[in-house]
Amino acid sequence: MSKEKFDYFIKGEKGKYEVVIGLEVHAQVLSKSKLFSGSSTKFGADPNNQVSLIDSAFPGMLPVINEECVKQAVRTGLGLNAKINNYSVFDRKNYFYADLPQGYQISQYKNPIVGEGKVLLDMPYGSKEIGIERLHLEQDAGKSIHDMDPSNTYVDLNRSGIALMEIVSKPDLRSPDEVNAYIKKLRSIMRYLGTCDGNMQEGSLRADVNVSVRKEGDKNFGTRCEIKNVNSIKFMQMAIEYEAARQVELIENGKEIDQETRLFDTKKNETRSMRSKEDAHDYRYFPDPDLLPLKLEQKLIDDLKKSLPELPDKKKERFIKEYELNAYEANVLVSEKEISDYYEEVAKFSDKKLAATWMMGDLFAMLNDKGLDISKSPISAKHFAELIQSIKSGEISGRIAKEVFEIMVESGENPKKIIESKGMKQQSDPKELEKMINEILSKNNDKVDQYKAGKEKLFGFFVGQVMKLSGGKANPQLTNEILKKLLKG
Amino acid sequence: MADITNQSLNEIIENVKTKKVSSTDLTKAYIKNIESAKKLNTFVTTTFDQALDKAKQFDNKPNFDQLLPGIPLAVKDLFCTENTKTTAGSNILNNFIPSYESTVTKNLWNNGSFLLGKLNCDEFAMGSSNETSHYGNVINPVGDQLVPGGSSGGSSSALAADLTPATIGTDTGGSIRQPASFTGTVGLKPTYGLCSRWGIVAFASSLDQAGPMTKTIKDCAIMLESMSGFDEKDSTSINKKKEQYSKNLKDNIKGLKIGIPKEYRVDNMPKEVDELWEKGKKILKDLGAQLIDISLPHTKYALPTYYIVAPAEASSNLARYDGVRYGYRSKQGKDLIEMYEKTRSEGFGDEVKRRILIGTYVLSSGYYDAYYLKAQKVRQLIKKDFDDSFTKIDAILTPSTPSSAFKIGEKTNDPVSMYLNDIFTVPVNLAGLPALSMPAGVDKQGYPLGLQLIGKALDEQKILNIGYAFEKNCGFKNEIKKWWS
Repeated sequence: MSKEKFDYFIKGEKGKYEVVIGLEVHAQVLSKSKLFSGSSTKFGADPNNQVSLIDSAFPGMLPVINEECVKQAVRTGLGLNAKINNYSVFDRKNYFYADLPQGYQISQYKNPIVGEGKVLLDMPYGSKEIGIERLHLEQDAGKSIHDMDPSNTYVDLNRSGIALMEIVSKPDLRSPDEVNAYIKKLRSIMRYLGTCDGNMQEGSLRADVNVSVRKEGDKNFGTRCEIKNVNSIKFMQMAIEYEAARQVELIENGKEIDQETRLFDTKKNETRSMRSKEDAHDYRYFPDPDLLPLKLEQKLIDDLKKSLPELPDKKKERFIKEYELNAYEANVLVSEKEISDYYEEVAKFSDKKLAATWMMGDLFAMLNDKGLDISKSPISAKHFAELIQSIKSGEISGRIAKEVFEIMVESGENPKKIIESKGMKQQSDPKELEKMINEILSKNNDKVDQYKAGKEKLFGFFVGQVMKLSGGKANPQLTNEILKKLLKG
Repeated sequence: MADITNQSLNEIIENVKTKKVSSTDLTKAYIKNIESAKKLNTFVTTTFDQALDKAKQFDNKPNFDQLLPGIPLAVKDLFCTENTKTTAGSNILNNFIPSYESTVTKNLWNNGSFLLGKLNCDEFAMGSSNETSHYGNVINPVGDQLVPGGSSGGSSSALAADLTPATIGTDTGGSIRQPASFTGTVGLKPTYGLCSRWGIVAFASSLDQAGPMTKTIKDCAIMLESMSGFDEKDSTSINKKKEQYSKNLKDNIKGLKIGIPKEYRVDNMPKEVDELWEKGKKILKDLGAQLIDISLPHTKYALPTYYIVAPAEASSNLARYDGVRYGYRSKQGKDLIEMYEKTRSEGFGDEVKRRILIGTYVLSSGYYDAYYLKAQKVRQLIKKDFDDSFTKIDAILTPSTPSSAFKIGEKTNDPVSMYLNDIFTVPVNLAGLPALSMPAGVDKQGYPLGLQLIGKALDEQKILNIGYAFEKNCGFKNEIKKWWS
């Protein structure tokens, strides 16, 4: 594979600028109940239907840690090759807002549950390691709804208290493409682990994006701006492009960049100042006296480590070795756990190389067309394997296979049955083919003579005639062989 | 039968068990006392009808095997009680009716008792004289000009005035022991984590602890047994086997080593307090205990440490009272911020505001290290002082308070002098230890004074035993004339 060169710079009048990006990803923990209460975390319930006295901060209510959320954070940390801290502390982050019932968010400040780790990205210019600074557990806030009434704000506390993992990257990202690859990789790892469903539409994965720019070759970082709460990869990329260009323009005009928090307006495609550093909240963090420090026994961590599923990086290596795939194919096929499972199921019963080609070609095109996840594929892995086997064995040609594939999509039928009932089986009997070819040759004596006189292009004509006569079912390879033999004679 | 309400809880229980008195008659006797004691302003809410129903239920189907069979109890208005208004002495909760019952009160009801009413207290338990309550100050039955102590002042006053056979309070820096001392009653702050905090309006989470207030040590034992226990809903609750404090109560203290800390002899302490301490030492010595001089060198830092840690936690704990979901909401305010400001300005009293401001300040960026973090370090040193001493001794004897009950209004304009009242009680909260205040005598004005016994963590039984022996030999009798009825 030819390696491209990294080339994402903002070109100003006075030179090229490198964009430096760090992400704080908020990933909703997959768990039945909230971080400190027994309320359900299911998405889409009626407003304020999944709220306990704890979530709504009634007097005298106390938080009790949900062990499953802790395990999910540890699993995620292990999936990010990170250090798991045996000792971590829950702190209160104090601020007032209508959808924050306690008047503070329980989070982890100085002692997070997970320390430094790393994530590997496959970029066209090679693989790149992105450092993870930390991962900590915290509560989500509720939701303020401002557009239901002209003079009132409504508050829905269903989300209040749901566990989030805040995954903080080092400022190692350098382009919107890398951000795309990073988010997808994080998402993939967490979906493999079953620790976050990664559903960005439902807000299970969102990020604060820190952006700064510096002249190419500069060692020091520029002043950064934080773009709050961006909830799609596309918006993250747009926000970064806008923000980087804005910062470059400021620098080129000799102006200072204010360290501030900004909002991305998705309609206008621009970032806007939300609050400056001077207005930054003083959150008055302090250890939550209602909760004891979280002490994890090494055995728990070791047990969780042993029970981790195979993760994308490992699986990719295995796919290359075991299925003789190239890096690109392996990368695509491990990107989602469901895709890799499907592929392995197909490869188990059919040709592994051909299966990869057909999956990444026709199957993905069809799914994409229909907007379906592989888990909803109208063709089961078993049927797909049978189709691949029919091609491989020569039972049907590639061209016929495409027809069978279409019918499978429509009917969900077993390919064998379709081939059988529609008589689509390839003609691979040499005697039958020879009979057919002799018939064609005898009907076209003039062309046979011309061919023999040197007009070899006519070979294609004879093949076409065979296909026509056989209804496209003649085995192309055999046809070629027999034709050549008979034309020689 | 003589007035049953001036008996001890254990005597009353015995009378109920032997059917000398029905739960209904007992309840009626307390209702009568309460109705004639409105001047003391001890009750914020009464639940007479409900109590009489429960009493009737008990009399119809009595279960005498329970620890508190058919006993009506009034409790501090800091405990959330299901379907009964719970104000924490504050305007901001003036209309708050919980849909849940605190673990501690639920434990009491599960042992056969029922609610008689909710007792006045300092607003959010912040105060040492019960003068910060939105529902007015409580008067000490000892004298019509005297404060009952705080913050569990309604509790101490009601108990001393025979308006409840026993009660419970909460103690963050002395709020059970100081009012007990001021009213000639017994008050115990248990080891942090022995009683669940679930359902108690929080003041300072790392210091708050519920405990019994009673007329006798034996009453104290049975109340503690009834209210304590592990609660998985409170992460700081201690998971241990339940103790039978009343059954195991012994008055033999021979050979026990009692520590006498030199740092508790403070400047300007009234001579009477010192004399009382001496009297206490002598009684214990005569009973065969060994007195040992000890040093708790960081004691002098306890009060400033407490007044950083407690307000810091309170500033955060009280953030939930914002008018959004329950409680008082100002009708003024054009937007969210203004609604917050007006609600909290109108909903909280001055002392609560003062502590929220102090707490917010000490947690602020730039001050955190100098105040909060340093206070946490000092707190560890204070705890270590006790830990070191307890390798050599069984318990510590100190005065409960530096003075007897003071006059209403005497200290309201001088918060520091008010705070100094907690000087002997706060170190115990900072260290999470159990401590008992027991009546020991009176000053020259005839006002009660208490002595404090401090134990090792979870050593409640031992300090109750010492208190039990002391009580039998002290000869204190609470002579309260019912001037209010």
